[in-house]
Amino acid sequence: MDDIDRRLINRLQDGLPVERRPFDALALELGLEVPAVLARIQRLLDAGTLSRFGPMYNAEQLGGALSLCAMEVPEERFEQVAGLVNGHPEVAHNYAREHRLNMWFVIATEQVGQAGDIIAAIERETGCKVYDMPKQEEFYIGLKLAV
Amino acid sequence: MADSGIDPLDRGIILATQAGLPLVEQPYDALAAALGLDVDEVMARVRAMQARGVIRRIAAVPNHYALGYRANGMSVWNVRDEQVRAIGRQVGALDCVSHCYLRPRHLPVWPYNLFAMVHGKTREQVAAEVEAIAALLGEHCRGHEVLYSTRILKKTGLRIKVD
Repeated sequence: MDDIDRRLINRLQDGLPVERRPFDALALELGLEVPAVLARIQRLLDAGTLSRFGPMYNAEQLGGALSLCAMEVPEERFEQVAGLVNGHPEVAHNYAREHRLNMWFVIATEQVGQAGDIIAAIERETGCKVYDMPKQEEFYIGLKLAV
Repeated sequence: MADSGIDPLDRGIILATQAGLPLVEQPYDALAAALGLDVDEVMARVRAMQARGVIRRIAAVPNHYALGYRANGMSVWNVRDEQVRAIGRQVGALDCVSHCYLRPRHLPVWPYNLFAMVHGKTREQVAAEVEAIAALLGEHCRGHEVLYSTRILKKTGLRIKVD
């Protein structure tokens, strides 16, 4: 990764306009021809430095609702409870975190309000209370990693 | 499904670009050709989806780990309800914050209503960023913590469901 790659990575995170030739302005900025810019992007993707380049889709707008839930799980039952929670296909992510509330998972459902059944089932199976923390509002999503 | 106003032609565009935008000089022409649509219609639909928030932006998603950002912490804040939206917007706009949400409290065990995922190269850097946010919030913040993840127990990833 050289200096031009770094500038490219920083610029690409801001986003490109929806135009017939969206790479032209960027190429001019970097002092390169467009094919060279495209080749660099491809190389960064192949190397895994960039995960993806393209339209960033708002998964919730397309795929339904996400609910963040937390539980306080006794240490001696942690593995067992993790297995029970993970056994639900709607549980998309599950993380152990350092806090009294030590298990945090995301339930993905097609519609808002469907997580209730899954939460009730998890409470029954595990004997642990689930603290449901659905998002009430979202404030700008975007991570800018200065390279 | 949330009301996103997606029609079958939009779905076609979404499916064709889920893996990424074609890396060619005129990517929308390439998409139009693949979908049998006019290039102006493809661009108009992409712009419309962006305006509706279905598409956030046409951009690169960096791989944190590959770029050395190995640490992240879920910072949580107890902010007075009257101020939380204004503060949420400020915090969400910070470069080091990837997601920022308003969520309900569960008193007394959980007094926090603002959640911000903070990323850094090291845990020390994350902690420093969190302290900077705390300084920004000043007296509007009545308490905060940072919860670090110790293990990923499950990560299946979210798939965009397009029927």
